[in-house]
Amino acid sequence: MQTHILDYLIETVQRTPEKMAYSDGTDELCFREVYEQSRSIGTFLSNNGVYKEPVVIFMNKHPKMAAAFYGTIFGGNYYVPIDVEMPEGRIHLILENIAARIMICDDTTLPIAEKIGFEGRAVLYDEVCRTQVKEEVLQAIYDRALDTDPIYIVFTSGSTGVPKGVTACHRSVIDYIEHLTEALEFDEDTIFGNQAPLYMDACLRELLVTIKFGASAYLIPKELFMFPVKLVEYMNQYRINTVCWVVSALTMISAFGTFETVVPQYLRLIAFVSEAFPVKQFNKWRKAVPDAVYVNLYGPTEGTGVCCYYKVDRDFEPGDVIPIGKPFRNTQILLLDEHDQSATPGEPGEICIRGASLTLGYYNDPERTREVFVQNPLNPFYSELIYRTGDLGRLNERGELEFISRRDYQVKHMGHRIELGEIEANVNMLDDIKSAGCVYDKERSKIVLFYTGGINEKELTVCLKEKLPRYMMPSRIIRLSEMPYTANGKLDRLTLLQKI
Amino acid sequence: MEELIEILTNLHPDVDFETCDTLVDDKILDSFDIVTIISEVAEAFDVTISAKYILPKNFNSARALYDLIQKLEDEE
Repeated sequence: MQTHILDYLIETVQRTPEKMAYSDGTDELCFREVYEQSRSIGTFLSNNGVYKEPVVIFMNKHPKMAAAFYGTIFGGNYYVPIDVEMPEGRIHLILENIAARIMICDDTTLPIAEKIGFEGRAVLYDEVCRTQVKEEVLQAIYDRALDTDPIYIVFTSGSTGVPKGVTACHRSVIDYIEHLTEALEFDEDTIFGNQAPLYMDACLRELLVTIKFGASAYLIPKELFMFPVKLVEYMNQYRINTVCWVVSALTMISAFGTFETVVPQYLRLIAFVSEAFPVKQFNKWRKAVPDAVYVNLYGPTEGTGVCCYYKVDRDFEPGDVIPIGKPFRNTQILLLDEHDQSATPGEPGEICIRGASLTLGYYNDPERTREVFVQNPLNPFYSELIYRTGDLGRLNERGELEFISRRDYQVKHMGHRIELGEIEANVNMLDDIKSAGCVYDKERSKIVLFYTGGINEKELTVCLKEKLPRYMMPSRIIRLSEMPYTANGKLDRLTLLQKI
Repeated sequence: MEELIEILTNLHPDVDFETCDTLVDDKILDSFDIVTIISEVAEAFDVTISAKYILPKNFNSARALYDLIQKLEDEE
């Protein structure tokens, strides 16, 4: 039984060392280069006494970033990716939580690491990847590794304003990749077009499946997702045949009539994730690319990547819900009603995940971990954790799982998971702000922020840009003379929704 | 033009859209903005910017975008 995630790479590099693993269209790395560079990084970390520690990877989206992840794991550590577009305030919160001693940077991020006052040692990828490899040292680290040891921490939105570091181990990731590939049938001819940023767990699909099969992945530059015709031309140029994208990236292409100009020629698998695919747009895709297999993916970061899938096997009309289907093998979904009993078929219940794909919880945050990683209420007999997603779902008449809504104020905006409370908490931290209330305008996909206080909208926007990631920035900011509250003193979001 | 500037300024109050001509090149606009701009322009000017016009050169400045809107208005 495989117990180390990098067995994928160790085996593939024997088989197809010179095949291209990752490319961004400009720079590429073959499997041998990925392997050698990551072995060097692992050795470098060991030389510096860094073992079983978080290592920050602060790089621009690039093939080398994947090698930096693997290098961290070869050294027996876990990587924490952060992104140039994360605002300084958020980076500080993350660094404070993990207290890492080493940060691996590229040319453009190294000066930023110094500017933001990283207290550990920031090193340049291009320098550390030339470290002389010590095979026996890396082998000893490998031999000591357990599949319950962490391999990464990715940070996700937290409603208190402090991001939560979801920590995954070898086992949960292997379980995910094995059952994902079983369901979606990737192989060595798979050519991925990666859309997900590398600081999210969503990119594991492309990165790890590539090293498992000796496939290839193009890390598509973010800028291309602004220009749909150029994006499709890029996919055709590199014969990309597989995409697993957030819905908003796919609708960006279909909604603006891209298919009248250019159509993806090689796509055979189109997986979509993060939110409901509007059926009108979905049908435009099916018409333009009729031979592809379409798969709806669902799952929270806490359950490692995704945990449910539905292979589209019938037609959908506008107004229909495309189900999220069923869990991967070796994962179970419980639907729990408000009394923590199994919901009856057709009735809504909270989607809870059970199985080896559960992550280890939130890093350095036992309290928030305990709130959602809980003992299975259906099993009082032995220790068994489930993850409560906070999503409501139900089984449809075909026995397929359907996503209904959130229980709380978490929203999906342009593929990102956002706690409206995190935005509010960041606004409330500013001087001259009396109160803040955020709502989501679903129809127009807009985050709308209401506030009361002494600064104007423009000043507020400028301040917020330093605190919030771009995708969390409200699209509209409205100043009120008074904030509406409900009778029991809670923010009255319904009244706010009527104001948009 | 004023209406367009207002749409853009609502997105980025801290940018001078009268003068800036590197909105794409300097990564001031991102895909969120492009989608928002297209939908707001559709509402305000009643023109549809289709994919073949969604190109960096048409979004690099307010002026270029305004010229595109006028061109599309004339075509309709």
